[in-house]
Amino acid sequence: MISSQLFKKIKPLIFFVIFLPSLIWCYQFINGSLGVNPIEKLMDNMGEMALRLIVLTLFISSLSEFKKFRFLIEVRRMIGLFAFFYVSCHFLIYIVLDHFFNMTFIIKDIIKRPFITFGFISFIFLTPLAITSPKIMLKKLGFKAWKKIHYLIYPASILSSVHFYMLVRANKIEPAIYIFLILVLLLYRLYYKIILPQLAR
Amino acid sequence: MKILPSEITPYTNYLNRRKFIKSSIATSLVLGTSTGLQANHASNQNIYDNQLDENDSLNSFEEITTYNNFYEFGMGKTDPAENSGDFKPKPWSISLEGLINNPQVLDLEKLLQKVTIEDRVYRLRCVEAWSMVIPWQGFPLAEIIKIADPLSSAKFIQFETVFRPEEMPGQKRRSLPWPYVEGLRIDEAMHPLTILSTGLYGHDLLNQSGAPLRLVVPWKYGFKSIKSISSIRFVDKQPDATWPMLAPSEYGFYSNVNNLVDHPRWSQGTERRIGEFKRRKTMMYNGYEEDVSHLYKGMDLKKYY
Repeated sequence: MISSQLFKKIKPLIFFVIFLPSLIWCYQFINGSLGVNPIEKLMDNMGEMALRLIVLTLFISSLSEFKKFRFLIEVRRMIGLFAFFYVSCHFLIYIVLDHFFNMTFIIKDIIKRPFITFGFISFIFLTPLAITSPKIMLKKLGFKAWKKIHYLIYPASILSSVHFYMLVRANKIEPAIYIFLILVLLLYRLYYKIILPQLAR
Repeated sequence: MKILPSEITPYTNYLNRRKFIKSSIATSLVLGTSTGLQANHASNQNIYDNQLDENDSLNSFEEITTYNNFYEFGMGKTDPAENSGDFKPKPWSISLEGLINNPQVLDLEKLLQKVTIEDRVYRLRCVEAWSMVIPWQGFPLAEIIKIADPLSSAKFIQFETVFRPEEMPGQKRRSLPWPYVEGLRIDEAMHPLTILSTGLYGHDLLNQSGAPLRLVVPWKYGFKSIKSISSIRFVDKQPDATWPMLAPSEYGFYSNVNNLVDHPRWSQGTERRIGEFKRRKTMMYNGYEEDVSHLYKGMDLKKYY
């Protein structure tokens, strides 16, 4: 069994491993080795990485309920913040590189295109999670209020996976896997957190 | 779009050029570089320049051949370049079928001796809102229609991509209903801008670009320009086309480039020209409005998208 103490020691390594892809892609972008349509590629890479990390935090939340995997909770906040980092990169690339601050177009796009609306709402939902992530915020808000805010991960994760599903033309299998994983993890949490406690009463 | 007869490359020259390219590719393979194509590119620069519109510049051979939508070889943009190595475009035949006086199976090599290969620099606008400028070689589709000699009842043409799952790994998956089919109204098919392409940059089409023979209809979204054509069928009713069949609310039979009619999921008002940073405004009929708008006079383009 891995102890939380030991796990804390390898935390910097995990930090580095999750951060590294963004560095590599930025280097490739500047270097011109990100393919023929580098803006699209960079945006897609960042978005998909964000989705992966979101799934990972949900996975950690469920697994860490088991004693054996409790140590995982040590890295949940960090991974969640990285998810927000990648989402922010994804959104910034859309604004700066894809549409170069054409705000009238961007605002119309967000309102008119359901898949962009979903992505944008997901980003909005994730923002308070990032803001309230420091331990001080937990103390300030109190556990109950903090927890309520963090339930936003549920709609945010569903919206972001649907955002991915809607944007692809034909290869729907990969986004469908994300939706499936998220639903399974959410239903598991729902059962474990809400239904089971009520049955036990 | 202006093409002077003097700019049309005679087929004999074209063949010679192919030989030249082949030998230069062999040389470049030996040398471990790929300068062959650039050498050929330079020799055609004048023809290409004459056909280029003021605001356009050619995309590179590399851009054109490494960023493709050709689901028969996979769904990623680089999949066609990576997975098409086993495809055999030679020998090739095209079957002419349906409402015609001369149904037959045409051998491509023989067909190419009868037609004049021309240079055509066209913009290609993908329905996904990216675009390129490509120097094609090919001949008017009208030439094949002449050979087929359609009956007066033939109003549409349906094209079909070859079905060879052993050589086209994407066809082993059901990402699209195979074989890929597309169609044109007969007057669109007869239009002088509509060509069957055999090459680009003076080089035989690579497998990822739809070797050995593909359609190019420059005023329509790219998916209309069906690749690796194995049959051409003349019919009396509007035929099925793969994308409109799959998602009729998103892709219409006509699929003319139209900056005013958006795809339900994204805007068609702008496009990213591959190799450029800022988006461009998309032009009506992809900039070929003068040449083709008469084909659609009186049609509600919001209904017939």
